[in-house]
Amino acid sequence: MSQLEERLSEPYEEDTLQGKYLIFKLGDESYGIEIRFVIEIIGLQPITVVPELPEYIQGIINLRGKIIPVMDVRLRFKKPFREYNDRTCVIVTDIEEMTIGLIVDSVSEVLAISEAEIVSPTEMNKLYSSRYIKGIGSVGEDVKLLLDCDKLLQDKDLALLESL
Amino acid sequence: MADYPINDQMVEMFIYETSQNIEQLEQSVVMSEAEGFTPVAVNEIMRNMHTIKGSAAMMMYTAVSTLAHAMEDLFFYLRERRPERVDYSVLSDLVLDGIDFIKVELHKIKAGEEADGDASLLIATIHEFLAYVKQTNETNETNEASAAEAPTAKPEMSRFDGSDGPAEPVYEAVAFFQDGCEMENVRAFGIVHGLSELATVLSHEPKDLVGDETSAEAIRKGGFRLRFASAKPVEELRAFLDGTLFLQSLELFRADGEAPPAPEATLGMPQPADRQAAKALPKDSAEYGQPAQSMISVNVDKLDRLMDLVGEMVIAEAMVTQNPDLKGLQLDRFNKAAQLLHKITSELQDAVMSIRMVPLTATFQKMHRIVRDMSRNLGKEVRLRLVGEETEVDKNVIQHISDPLMHLIRNAIDHGIEPPADRQKAGKPAFGTVTLEAKNAGGDVYVLIKDEGRGLSKAKLLAKARENGLLAKPESEMSDKEIFGLIFLPGFSTKDSISEYSGRGVGMDVVSSNLSQIGGVISVDSEEGSGTTIMLKIPLTLAIIDGMTIRVGSSRYTVPTASIVQSFRPAETDIIRDPDGNEMILVRGRCYSIVRLHELYGVRSDTSSFTEGILVMVEHDGAAYCLFADELLGQQQVVVKALPEYIKRMGNIRGLAGCTLLGDGSISLILDTGALNGAIR
Repeated sequence: MSQLEERLSEPYEEDTLQGKYLIFKLGDESYGIEIRFVIEIIGLQPITVVPELPEYIQGIINLRGKIIPVMDVRLRFKKPFREYNDRTCVIVTDIEEMTIGLIVDSVSEVLAISEAEIVSPTEMNKLYSSRYIKGIGSVGEDVKLLLDCDKLLQDKDLALLESL
Repeated sequence: MADYPINDQMVEMFIYETSQNIEQLEQSVVMSEAEGFTPVAVNEIMRNMHTIKGSAAMMMYTAVSTLAHAMEDLFFYLRERRPERVDYSVLSDLVLDGIDFIKVELHKIKAGEEADGDASLLIATIHEFLAYVKQTNETNETNEASAAEAPTAKPEMSRFDGSDGPAEPVYEAVAFFQDGCEMENVRAFGIVHGLSELATVLSHEPKDLVGDETSAEAIRKGGFRLRFASAKPVEELRAFLDGTLFLQSLELFRADGEAPPAPEATLGMPQPADRQAAKALPKDSAEYGQPAQSMISVNVDKLDRLMDLVGEMVIAEAMVTQNPDLKGLQLDRFNKAAQLLHKITSELQDAVMSIRMVPLTATFQKMHRIVRDMSRNLGKEVRLRLVGEETEVDKNVIQHISDPLMHLIRNAIDHGIEPPADRQKAGKPAFGTVTLEAKNAGGDVYVLIKDEGRGLSKAKLLAKARENGLLAKPESEMSDKEIFGLIFLPGFSTKDSISEYSGRGVGMDVVSSNLSQIGGVISVDSEEGSGTTIMLKIPLTLAIIDGMTIRVGSSRYTVPTASIVQSFRPAETDIIRDPDGNEMILVRGRCYSIVRLHELYGVRSDTSSFTEGILVMVEHDGAAYCLFADELLGQQQVVVKALPEYIKRMGNIRGLAGCTLLGDGSISLILDTGALNGAIR
């Protein structure tokens, strides 16, 4: 009954990941992504351009034989494109059972942010009207913008239509 | 539901085992109906039915198990009494109905729903039929019924009238399961549960089968010991116990008063030791229960993973042996070792590919049932002839052609084969023959569906197409092939009335769309009055194609070699430009349009002059055009990979069939020449 044990241990594992965020940077701003979505962090790989995709999907990369799409998070947030350098990272994530790489300026650390430190989006609506942020975590003096991963993958136009 | 835990793995195993049994069952019944219910066939049917009953009962799918039980009763009677007057077609109908019921339940279970079907009506019908058969046969059979047969048949009837009092003999049984079958405790519980129908279970060791996790280990080591009392003959008890899944060995002896090891005392059955020895021979286990296991079933995901790994290894091998660091070095011994490595990796690749190859046999034989049902309902006499069903294709291909084949066979019977009277008038034999043939040719498999029925009428097809406004070009310019091809258009039907089987014009559309998904091509040939042949050309495997890799800017594209006609560098003077800016080229008197890949896909490229790049002429479905690329990189076999799910979700990208990894680890996009052709227009 080893399967049973595995199943029992699953929620336990979830617990240790709960409340932990991988912090990455886009320019001066710090963002947090829930660590349970993150598989690994890799350096930038040669990207194959796939035609007819939105600009923020840079293309596909070969991750040890597995082909995954990569998204430039800067472009996704409508920030200006910045040339990739040796600090540029790809955060490989597993969201909604799809593997996707997020290209970010740099990765800094893993932080535990408790519920109490997170401001819910309703309160911050006027400050940050971004659809992709589900909360703001304040750790010490810094402010981390916490990503809503599911919304990140949704089609931009579709989300726009829904908000109308 | 159940009073012991049923986990997903058990459900999966149940679904797999039962669907296999059901398939076998269906085939044996359809075959037997045509060729007669021989004792061998009846035994085979009973074996399957029994296994279904057993595992369904274990999983607490009572409707399925009781239905299987009722059907087993029916065949039990047939086997024991061999009645002469039985309407076998009614019998087959009944059993096939039952099979359909179980199939529906399986579907529900697969979809994660409750198996809530009610089989009571079916069971009642089966009982009625059994009673009827008994009545019609019993009267003149009473004399024949020998003394030996009576006791075996009788308990079957008295199964439901409870225990026979305290005089029941007590038995002891020790069961061992096959190594690695897992969940021994649950399987043992299945025995106890099933046995309660036949006997009173007194005690068993280990006692706590469900709650105690260590019991599985205990059974693995010491076997499962069981004490029970039953009035049933020992053969029946043994038959039941032997039917347990994954049973390795079984000892059964009487335990009341008589010396347990004395073989003579136990109704003349063989000594336990002999029995065990006999059990070790795989031949014996086929007698009742699971056939010998020389096959294992593997999850396709695992195979896909294996193939991915082998693909990666081939790439890694190229990265090592063609490493730029080795340039200019004298490497005799290295090259020798590299050659050996290459030989092994390519053999490994072939071996992995061959694992995924499955014969078409099961897919083809399923068609017997359709032919049987249809010919009966339509009052036609049709025979199905299978040729080359042992031809092997990739597992994925099988999944995609099963539905198209069904539609094509239906069409052949419904539209093609005439009613017997018409056939005789036309001087043909009363029964029509539909031939399903498969053969290998190069990298493709051809599947032919031939009927010798009335054939397609070109005039009728054209008239219908005209009526529905489906004609794309003047009738006089259409070739026979194009006219016959009309039947694949959605909404096209020459039938005036919609029947149970066809007429809505959906089926053929399904066929062509399913086939194009796997890169198959369909063509029709027909002669009015003498029959129709439909030919499916299917790639042997979806996983590997022969491709020509071309470069456009920094991007690489792979064009399937099968669709390349030629590649050439044109002279600037050969190019024709029309007022709209479309470019065309004249080759041997024919005009082809040119597609600049860098423009189509918005790729930056330094090559824009035709004299610097190269034109690749591709052909799909008779339509040819030229692709303009920077250069040819070479021809190689590539492993086809699907585009990532997220990209697919973004919408279909025109003309891309997937992607692949090249030797240097870079990604190449595979062009779908058919879809590209449509995209250009």
